[in-house]
Amino acid sequence: MTAPRHRLPPPQGLADRLLGAAASAAVLAIVGVFAWLLADLLRHGLGGLSWHFLMAPVEAAGRAGGIAPILVSTLAILAICLAAALPIGLGTAILLAELGDANSRFGRFVRRCLDILAGMPSIVFGLFGNAFFSLVLGLGFSLLAGGLTLACMVLPLFIREAEEGLRAVPQEQRLAAAALGLGRWRMLWLVVLPAAAPGLFVGLVLAVGRALAETAALLFTSGYVDRMPGSLLDSGRALSIHIYDLSMNVPGGEANAYTAALVLVALLLAINSAAAWLAGRLGRARWQVA
Amino acid sequence: MSRWRPDADRARLDDRLLVVAARVSAAASAGIVLLIGGFLLVESLPALRALGVAPFAGMSWHPTGGTDGGQFGLMPMLVGTLAAGGGAVALATPLALLAAVVCVFLAPPRIALLLGRVIELLAGIPSVVYGFWGLVVLVPLIRRLEPPGPSLLAGILVLALMILPTLALAADAALRAVPRELLTAASALGLSRTTTLVGVALPAARSGLWTGLLLGVGRALGETMAVLMVCGNVVQVPGTVFDPVRTLTANIALEMAYALDLHRAALFVSGLVLALLVTVLVLAAQATTAGSEAHP
Repeated sequence: MTAPRHRLPPPQGLADRLLGAAASAAVLAIVGVFAWLLADLLRHGLGGLSWHFLMAPVEAAGRAGGIAPILVSTLAILAICLAAALPIGLGTAILLAELGDANSRFGRFVRRCLDILAGMPSIVFGLFGNAFFSLVLGLGFSLLAGGLTLACMVLPLFIREAEEGLRAVPQEQRLAAAALGLGRWRMLWLVVLPAAAPGLFVGLVLAVGRALAETAALLFTSGYVDRMPGSLLDSGRALSIHIYDLSMNVPGGEANAYTAALVLVALLLAINSAAAWLAGRLGRARWQVA
Repeated sequence: MSRWRPDADRARLDDRLLVVAARVSAAASAGIVLLIGGFLLVESLPALRALGVAPFAGMSWHPTGGTDGGQFGLMPMLVGTLAAGGGAVALATPLALLAAVVCVFLAPPRIALLLGRVIELLAGIPSVVYGFWGLVVLVPLIRRLEPPGPSLLAGILVLALMILPTLALAADAALRAVPRELLTAASALGLSRTTTLVGVALPAARSGLWTGLLLGVGRALGETMAVLMVCGNVVQVPGTVFDPVRTLTANIALEMAYALDLHRAALFVSGLVLALLVTVLVLAAQATTAGSEAHP
């Protein structure tokens, strides 16, 4: 959201004053609820936050101890998600933005599929991940199944950002590369991808944020096990699932749920702010809601 | 935009490999949707084949009950989903519209920027944290007002908060795209603020606003964690907003862990219903956008 560009006439009459009052009330309500939520998390969560909390194993179903195995599982799921989503996403974005396929029949079909994928509820990804990755591919409840499910979920978001990043590269650079006699592949590798790198990075960061925030798709793919995972085929509990489990299934888990929620929100705010800052420097619409 | 296409270079091997690799990844991306649809259908089939479609429209959900194999009426959950989603959209839409109007037209640049940042940050908070906050803050407040506390009302409030950024950012983009000439003409006619907004800006931004609304509805219907944590999850058609309800999404999350055979298939049927609902909404949103491009 950038600065406004059109000034309306000054308020006059009852209707304008009512509108002003309603608008102020709406803004106060939104900002107020946001402040309330953050203040509540900080007030109850900050006390439990310590080096020990981040580095200790889970004890007493989460009531005591820390979240070290949870953080490791979360990172592993994220890494798998990105390893699967980035190459496929980048390839698709290259097809749509660079190879002139955006308006072909195939290109339009791909885009429509991605729009539907972007709107699919996360629990549906969970059902699909359970049926396909866990059972058909035999991965069971594992970090691998969870990460691959998330990869399907973040794919449309990453492709849209990557496509925009590629389109933002000035056409003159491609023409210059062509004048030097570079083929498509070398043009892409030597000129377009380096120039589009910041935009691709924004896509990467937003995908990480989306994957980190996800819970429902992991419930029956990566599972609940709160021990330190030994391999990618072990079940592991993501941070978001830990918060859910502590608040719903563990009596007395509220204090640690607060602290875990604070950790997750802090991570996400940092990630999203980084993406917004980076995209702002690229001078385009900063945020697109997934 | 016309792009330079080096036709002579197509013969080169690495260029051809690039095209093939890009096509394969695009086919894989698109294939995921088909794969999801296919798996939902295949996993639903045992239930659809054994029971037909009619029992799913029933009012009674007892998936593991008795010797007759249980009852699989999804209707109370569908009502819960629609009530929570509809209530949230009704509550969030005016707020989001006002916030967007403030950002685009009313506020000084600094305030508008700040409000935009807050809305972006709200969009970044995960659903499980909204659910947790609803559970520990809103539900006790509602319990004091009218027991039991976990209720349709809590779900509506939390969902409204969650979809507000989606709606507000879409409305912001739509209002920003209103042609400047229209607004200048409104000023020249001496129209007041309210008349300019209601009579000129909102109608001109209509299709963008509809698209945002449809996507917001899709998000509200598909949300799982937040409603799972605050709605109480009792399978019933709610009489008042203080009654607990269970949504389709929450039902899947609660029962998938132990569901077997027909029960599992019935859960996939509810997933299929959700996926179809959301797909229709997305296609409708695309149609409104396409329509506005044809008739600016």
